[in-house]
Amino acid sequence: MTGQTLIHLQDVSKRFVKGKDTITIFDHLGLSIPAGDFVAVMGPSGSGKTTLLNLLGGIDQPTEGSITFDGGRVDTLTEGQLARWRAHNVGFIFQFYNLMPTLSAARNVELPLLLTSFSRAERKRRVEAALSLVGLAERADHYPREMSGGQQQRVAIARALISDPKLLLCDEPTGDLDRTTADEILAMLRLLNQEMGKTIVMVTHDPEAAKYARRTLHLDKGRFTERELVA
Amino acid sequence: MSDLYLLWRNLFRRKLRTFLMMLAIFVAFVIYGVLGSINYAFEHGVDSSADNRLVVVNKITFIQPLPYAYVGKIAAIKGVKNITFANWFGGYYQDARNQIGTFAVDPESYLRIYRDDLRIDPAQRDAFIHDRTSMVVGEAIATKYGWKVGDRIPINSNIFTNKADGSHTWELTVAGIAYAAKESFNTSFIIFQYENFNESKTFGKDTVGWITLETDSAAVNDTVAATIDDMFANSTAETNTQSEKAFGKAFLAQLGNIALIITLVVGAAFATILMIVGNTMVMAVRERTKEIAVLKTLGFPSWRIWRQVLGESVLLSLLGGVPGLLVAGLLVALLSKVASGAIPGLALTLPVAGLGVAFMLLLGVVTGFLPAWNALRLNIVTALGRL
Repeated sequence: MTGQTLIHLQDVSKRFVKGKDTITIFDHLGLSIPAGDFVAVMGPSGSGKTTLLNLLGGIDQPTEGSITFDGGRVDTLTEGQLARWRAHNVGFIFQFYNLMPTLSAARNVELPLLLTSFSRAERKRRVEAALSLVGLAERADHYPREMSGGQQQRVAIARALISDPKLLLCDEPTGDLDRTTADEILAMLRLLNQEMGKTIVMVTHDPEAAKYARRTLHLDKGRFTERELVA
Repeated sequence: MSDLYLLWRNLFRRKLRTFLMMLAIFVAFVIYGVLGSINYAFEHGVDSSADNRLVVVNKITFIQPLPYAYVGKIAAIKGVKNITFANWFGGYYQDARNQIGTFAVDPESYLRIYRDDLRIDPAQRDAFIHDRTSMVVGEAIATKYGWKVGDRIPINSNIFTNKADGSHTWELTVAGIAYAAKESFNTSFIIFQYENFNESKTFGKDTVGWITLETDSAAVNDTVAATIDDMFANSTAETNTQSEKAFGKAFLAQLGNIALIITLVVGAAFATILMIVGNTMVMAVRERTKEIAVLKTLGFPSWRIWRQVLGESVLLSLLGGVPGLLVAGLLVALLSKVASGAIPGLALTLPVAGLGVAFMLLLGVVTGFLPAWNALRLNIVTALGRL
């Protein structure tokens, strides 16, 4: 079930200067993602998938154009404002999980809550709930090195969900996992989209993974070449 | 979980590395604590000299003597309240290695000048004044050798090796024990009668090593000093009159510039630590580049990460430095006991410890600044390799 526009990119251009050359990733790109959507972004290497994800997540800024989130401009925010915005609105899931190796699963999940004013008891309650949601309540005290790739990714999903963001950005979330585990993770993402209404943008190379999304966008040389509805 | 917990977990991520860095800092602060305390004790001892006390020495060097007749002439100068003199004897007990600061003095005037620095039983004081072969022993020496009042002690000199009667040893009776009235006053000394000394020695008769005088007030010090030096200008023994503090510092300078030596040793230790810890901290933070980028991605503001990294190096510095200072305190206490008060006031004092803590904080900030700055400036996209 999708609703009104959550993210809107208008005439977004992104250029990098590398030595004497200027590399154009996007040139006047437009995109609208409704709230509650689950979008898979596919495309060859260097097509701009990850840059798109960076722009959507506010960890990179467009050279030109505007990005609005829930009606508010994101591209004009300062670095500090962007950090606060990310903490409240975006959950990130990476290909290689990027958990803190020195922290237990529970502590990893709790990390984003350090940016809130929740009490210790409330944080503990939320962490337990998030770990239960991903089926890892009994592994709360385990460290990343003591868990499988699939379990680590589920901890990463719990961490992404803990601050109840509207948007989940997934960068090849199953790229490091076997098929069975990948399907479990993807099913979980679909559940989060369908049951909790999370808007998800997932970059993937895997056509099987893309099938879990509501629609797939194909990106090539900084342009959408094809838009297809899956679900 | 708090930021402090994160900081702690990061600090002990590689326990051996952290332990070795703590050990290096620990050693540096043990060195600082011990040498700093010795330096402080020396400086403080000199500083405790009375403001209105002047010392007259030979202008060439204070090792050269002055004629005894100067004492009476200087005593007559306006502004001189009390006067005494002393002669370095180069004394030792039994073995030349057992050196003792031994001075031939005029008992009455000497004890009058140092009335606020030394405590001595009045009866013992009188006994010293009236017995030409007696001596007063400072508490530190009496304790070290177990001497008590009435003991007859043979003292030799490495300067005045022969007596007029052909013997080599001064047999001196302990007339009294002198205690320090101020903690900083050194009681590692012997004083005995100048008259006895002057009669017995085979050369340099009727000369004194230096003259100490008390002025009416510190305000007239310069005038009195100038009058004395003018009085003996162009004589065979010109004088140099200076405050007792300046004299004390010049005397200590014989041992070398203690403050400079200590500063160089401590400086070398800190410079080494700075490079080792600084370099290791840079590497330690560099290997977590991706984790720092993830924290920023999650919404941790840059200043908070900067604070974390800086806090880590400050905590490391404190964890190594505080035990270092504590051990230095124990070593200094032990040293003070072994030295039997040879360095009065030797202890790890609050100013030395306070400066030590300030050094720890500074060390932490300096070693953590570069990695913290790198963390602050870290670009998420570059760090995650997400171009």
